[in-house]
Amino acid sequence: MPTTKSLYGRRLTGYAIATAIVLTASIALAFFYAPIEVDQGFSQKIFYIHVPLAIVTLGGFVFGGIFGIQYLRSGDTRHDLRSYTAIHQGLIFCIGALITGCIWAKAAWGQWWVWDEPTLVSFLIVFLLYCTYQPLRFSIEDPERQARYAAVFAVVAGVFVPVNFIAVRLASPLIHPRVLGSSGGSLPNDMRIAFYSALLGITLLFITICKYEMASKHSRAQLAALRRSLSEENDEPAAVRTAAPRIAIK
Amino acid sequence: MSAARPPSTLSAARAVLYKELTLERRAPQTLTAMALFCASAFVIFHFALGRDAIEGALASGVLWVTLTLAALLGIGRSFVADREEGGLDGFLLAPAPRTALLIAKATTLFIFLLIVGVLAALLFSVLLLGPTPSASQWASIALLIVLADLGIALVGTLIAGIAIQTRARDLITSILALPLLIPLLIAVTKASEPLLSVGGGTLAWRWLALLGLYDLIFGLLAYALFDYLVED
Amino acid sequence: MASTEPAVVCSGLVRRYGERRALDGIDLTLGQGQTLVVFGPNGAGKTTLLRVLATLLRPSEGDASLLGSDLRKEGWKVRSKVGFLGHQSLCYGDLTARENLRYHARLHGVSDPAARIEALLEQARLSDRGDERVFGYSRGMLQRLAICRAVLHEPELLLLDEPRSNLDPAAIEQVEPLIGAAEGRTRVIASHDPAGGLAEADLVLGLRSGAAILLEPAAQVTTDQIGELYR
Repeated sequence: MPTTKSLYGRRLTGYAIATAIVLTASIALAFFYAPIEVDQGFSQKIFYIHVPLAIVTLGGFVFGGIFGIQYLRSGDTRHDLRSYTAIHQGLIFCIGALITGCIWAKAAWGQWWVWDEPTLVSFLIVFLLYCTYQPLRFSIEDPERQARYAAVFAVVAGVFVPVNFIAVRLASPLIHPRVLGSSGGSLPNDMRIAFYSALLGITLLFITICKYEMASKHSRAQLAALRRSLSEENDEPAAVRTAAPRIAIK
Repeated sequence: MSAARPPSTLSAARAVLYKELTLERRAPQTLTAMALFCASAFVIFHFALGRDAIEGALASGVLWVTLTLAALLGIGRSFVADREEGGLDGFLLAPAPRTALLIAKATTLFIFLLIVGVLAALLFSVLLLGPTPSASQWASIALLIVLADLGIALVGTLIAGIAIQTRARDLITSILALPLLIPLLIAVTKASEPLLSVGGGTLAWRWLALLGLYDLIFGLLAYALFDYLVED
Repeated sequence: MASTEPAVVCSGLVRRYGERRALDGIDLTLGQGQTLVVFGPNGAGKTTLLRVLATLLRPSEGDASLLGSDLRKEGWKVRSKVGFLGHQSLCYGDLTARENLRYHARLHGVSDPAARIEALLEQARLSDRGDERVFGYSRGMLQRLAICRAVLHEPELLLLDEPRSNLDPAAIEQVEPLIGAAEGRTRVIASHDPAGGLAEADLVLGLRSGAAILLEPAAQVTTDQIGELYR
């Protein structure tokens, strides 16, 4: 019998409110507090969204790999759900990072795409690899095996990311002169405050969306389990093809 | 009372390797397909590029893209014979260490890739390559083929192990393998470029180091994760 | 090893495929040297049970031990004592019968493979055609070869999934010493043949939708009861 004990999404409201506040504040800081950058002018403002998106994407992929390892060690399907959600949302944030990167490239260098910008190129390659995560899951029917193989993928891809960054950076002899280091280390103080608040805002957004996705998946599974327990004759769920993790309701 | 002792990893790997090579000798499908693919690709490149001879970065790109795509054929075939009539179960029923399967499969793929790599490089130098590499440049190319093929064999075996249990096997193999091999291709094409240029050049150590790092990392990953792919 | 120790012990054995339970809490104990025959309609879980016992599938819940070794933790120990005969021959079509057996002998670490292989081929009447590639074999020959493969390492416990399918009466006679009842040989057999299966059984397990609905000593079971399972 499903119980409310395993309900996901507690504290979801809190996260959502915090996200709204911090994001709004960081946008305000970026536009009204941080100074206009000397070389690039107003278009540099996209930095406050592009770089945090990129950092959070990588964080999502790293956590996808870590949860993958935990799943392989424990066989606990909750880790599979976490790994899936982190990678799924990481991929969406990755698209955001790529698009904002393209816009920035257009504004700064007059082209939508520049091959001698190693970080952007690395992101494209990483994006291509993680794009195969969903098709891979979808092509495996047995849920247990799906989870196991997806975890193996998450670990391999997680290790791939730094190797790829090294390779792409070695291959680009001239690195674009950038006023702003992507780490934010060489930023003037007022810019740094705006940048870190944006990073915090995007991170909170990522966590909120991940929690929301897990809560939604979980309540849908609980609903299905309740339906099944109410209808007597159809005890066995029909086989479904899906890339999403199956959630066991105790 | 049974007069059997579980085999060591090495002796089990030898048994599987011997079986793989015997199968390929009996029905030489994979190697022939890979070699023919390379030859056809070179002819296509001749017409598509509209050039009789190429050199430098272009030559390096053509050679390694061709070899990578040929490798995909080999990766896709890696576990096919084991699926038919349940040869994989046959291995899993034995008290042999699972790593033996990884070692044997990766070695098989490595041997295939080496043979195809040498054949393709020779054919390439006859058909398309403008400059004539010196003996030491050939030695460098051979070293690159060995290091790159090792990486492709390790990653390929891991991917073949994943893809074998999926429905869209061929699709999964290709879409997984190509992005994973990009760092290796960056290294090996950059390293080959001066070797295939007019006037010639030498091997840059940093690319060798990158290839070595790639082989090491993915070798360790394959070793750590392969058990999860074959066990159920 | 203490001979009083049971050969097969399952407690609460469950195997799930997704949410479907292919095995739903199997409890049983089988003594050494005894034969368990598993009956049940297609899809009842016979093959799943055998594959779990052969360590090809991991149990989702519950425990099992074979000949004193835990199935989950000591899988490699179990494997050297168990011979599994499934629906597939597990032999490569482009290898000869001898090469196939030699391959499996090496994987099992059989000590004198050549002599063992010749003896088995002789027994299964395959000696003359042992150097032919297996893809040309008839279903019956393939089944006999698969039986040789399963018993190659002289396992103490045989897991046989419909072992006599595709075999004519003469061939059944020939392979009887390899897979039939014998001193010190424990067997788990999945069968569709009520009369024949019951005749060689010590213990009968009836499965339906993964659940054990019949578990009795063979002496107390009638063929009608087994027929009832398929209704």
